[in-house]
Amino acid sequence: MSSTVQSTGRTWKKPPFIANPVLRWGLLIATVAYVWWAMTSLPFDWDRIQDGVPRAIRIFKGAFPPSFIRGELLFDGFMESIKIAIVSTLLGLALSVPIAFASASNIAPKWLYTIGRGVIIVARSFHPVIVAILFVKAVGFGPLAGILTLTVYSIGFVAKMLAERIEEIDWGQVEAIRAAGGATFVTLLYAVIPQIMPRQIGLSIYQLDSNLRASAIVGIVGAGGIGSTLLNAFGRYDYDFALAITLCIIGVILVSEAISGRIRRNLW
Amino acid sequence: MLRIKELVKRYGDEKAVLKNLNLEVPGESVVSIIGASGAGKSTLLRCINRLVEPSSGSIELNGTELTKLEGKALRLARRRIGMVFQGFNLIDRLTVMENVQSGRLGYLPAWRAVTRKYPQEDIDRAFHLMERVGIAHYADKRADELSGGERQRVGVVRALMQEPEILLADEPTASLDPKTSRQIMELLRALASELHLPVLINIHNVNEAKEYTQRIVGMRFGRIIFDGEPTDLNNDAMDEIYAGVPAEERGGAESNTHLREVAAR
Amino acid sequence: MVATTQPTGPDAIAHREWSRYTTKERWRRYGVMALVALAVVWSLSTINIIWPWLWDAPEQMGDLFARMFPPSLDGWKDIAWTLLETVNIATIATFFAVFLSLPIALIAAQNTTPNRFTLWLGRFILVSSRSVNTIIWALLFVAVFGPGVLAGILAIIFRSLGFLGKLLGEAIEEIDRAPIEALESVGASRFKILIYGIIPQVMPTFFAVSILRWDINLRESTVLGLVGAGGIGIILQGAIDTFAWQTVATILLAIIGLVIIGEAISAYLRKKVI
Ligand SMILES: Nc1ncnc2c1ncn2[C@@H]1O[C@H](COP(=O)(O)OP(=O)(O)OP(=O)(O)O)[C@@H](O)[C@H]1O
Ligand SMILES: [Mg+2]
Repeated sequence: MSSTVQSTGRTWKKPPFIANPVLRWGLLIATVAYVWWAMTSLPFDWDRIQDGVPRAIRIFKGAFPPSFIRGELLFDGFMESIKIAIVSTLLGLALSVPIAFASASNIAPKWLYTIGRGVIIVARSFHPVIVAILFVKAVGFGPLAGILTLTVYSIGFVAKMLAERIEEIDWGQVEAIRAAGGATFVTLLYAVIPQIMPRQIGLSIYQLDSNLRASAIVGIVGAGGIGSTLLNAFGRYDYDFALAITLCIIGVILVSEAISGRIRRNLW
Repeated sequence: MLRIKELVKRYGDEKAVLKNLNLEVPGESVVSIIGASGAGKSTLLRCINRLVEPSSGSIELNGTELTKLEGKALRLARRRIGMVFQGFNLIDRLTVMENVQSGRLGYLPAWRAVTRKYPQEDIDRAFHLMERVGIAHYADKRADELSGGERQRVGVVRALMQEPEILLADEPTASLDPKTSRQIMELLRALASELHLPVLINIHNVNEAKEYTQRIVGMRFGRIIFDGEPTDLNNDAMDEIYAGVPAEERGGAESNTHLREVAAR
Repeated sequence: MVATTQPTGPDAIAHREWSRYTTKERWRRYGVMALVALAVVWSLSTINIIWPWLWDAPEQMGDLFARMFPPSLDGWKDIAWTLLETVNIATIATFFAVFLSLPIALIAAQNTTPNRFTLWLGRFILVSSRSVNTIIWALLFVAVFGPGVLAGILAIIFRSLGFLGKLLGEAIEEIDRAPIEALESVGASRFKILIYGIIPQVMPTFFAVSILRWDINLRESTVLGLVGAGGIGIILQGAIDTFAWQTVATILLAIIGLVIIGEAISAYLRKKVI
């Protein structure tokens, strides 16, 4: 088949992503202008940056091969991180339950709901590292600050998810138990808890995994665990030890992710 | 001219789905392939443009042996073979025009494909064909906004944009309602004669096969057991092709008096 | 969970809870509980906590908050400016990361990777990027390029690559095969199939994931300064070191505001693109 077609003179252009030309060009110009402005207004220290390449080479030379000589320090750091993660997960879960009930719009009265949501928003807004600094100032260096930090961190996530789950519960069961003359506490126990339990268990395991990850970094501001060990290694230019620590952190995170993933898959 | 010789296809270690199949399709004929589910109709069609790798045998299109081609040579051969799919296989989020022009991808330089700056010639051809099938006013619509029949028209135009030497259609009407389905069949027949194009159509609806095509090939268990004109397809032949399937069901969803007559004879 | 016939309907979950109380399940539950208790006892008994500090903690925290009140508005200009800088770090870094993650996603997805080697390379990049936290990346880049925003931007880019690449790669692996088959049948090359068949299909995911990551990066960029990598963290650290608690309070409030606004914007954008 090879028939030539008469030209109709009709052209075709791909319809633009945004139909309104003013909006389209406006957005494009605004984006370009923003990127340009942001790049020029950010205070880059070019002289210092130029030293980067030789420094990077020096650091990598210093880092290879990774040194496991101070294995004991490494091991202790990890153990402390794990302990921080376990304790803070449990504490966080325990505190999350009442906060979640307080922040579920279908259960809590308005004033309580406002407080509950406020707590969750505050707990979620701050990066754990910021929370950690404050706790370090309040209770001093060490794992205690780490535990408190990660407890707050856990509340931010678990209480939020749990509150959402509570808001989705099947209301019929609550009615049923209320109709049977159950007191409020009994109602919660029999009608709500069983419905949120599966979610709660999944969340706990997920949170333990997250807390283990986070415990590696809150140490960087002095809240104990492997992060503190890593920061010390960096501070003393022990790049080979720092690399060893980093590799171990990666390994532990991968293992813990695999385990938590497997458990959660089996649960659901 | 399409010439298939001793074609064998087996998936993995299972027994062959196509068993030493021979078929010749001379230029300009519309051939429909019928057969029960699992007979190997789709496999046959897909072997021709190598979406499925044949296990052995030869497929020759206008003098080119297709089974041995690799890489660039395979792509050059594929662009000469148009294909229409049961599920339309359009790119939902692109416009109708882009879908239609994607039929030219075997010819276009990469920069034109990326920037959507299609040659004027291709745009003319696209509008011409889209007008011919009645979808030109949808050029700028997204493909997923069209109805099934309109989508299949886009699929047909895309295949024709390739300027194919043969058109393969794998149950092109199976996802369409009876009326639209007849329109598409009519379209395929008309286009075949306008463009002097051989067309191979897999089809379940025997009535449509009889009505719209000059030649019917019946397959059973990977073999061709019937090959003749629609009038030759009598009850015995049907029974052989669809052994075990009651005659009333062969006509497809709509009851057709024509089939009843044939069956009653 | 041992019920052989899973009930359906509204009380499915409750029923499941009920059927859980069989002997084997009960023992398993006790086992898990014992394990948890053991882990906690072990953690608490061996962890290096100075208990008096804990009893002291509420008072200390109360004291801290008392000293933060009222938040001081001195230096609000500085705060506003560094806040903007924080947004810029997050946005610019997300911008670059989004583009860089595309090729990584392509080689890390089984159906688009050119060969086995590139597949493993892609996966290696994703895993190493994802398992090193932004802060640790920042430490490294501060050591290399000195303190400043570049280290922060690079840290966020390096951490985002894994996140974006993984989610995009998964989207690529889950695309609809049908249009791809059609493009193969017209004789399109791999590159053209990518442009016409794959990219249009992953576009929605691409936008959604980028917006999500921008939101996360906004949070992350608030702490970069604590290791010297630019943004609001630097003045936060400064204020804490000088015990300017009222300024600290202002900065914390500003961060909350930033995060909430960021969340609202990203929620709005997500609704827009999907
Ligand atoms: N990709 C595949 N892998 C393994 N076996 C396959 C594959 N595709 C098809 N088959 C098998 O090959 C046989 C023929 O399939 P084919 O799709 O060609 O039949 P068909 O005649 O087109 O049927 P239908 O009318 O239902 O479309 C069937 O038994 C099918 O199970
Ligand atoms: Mg088929």
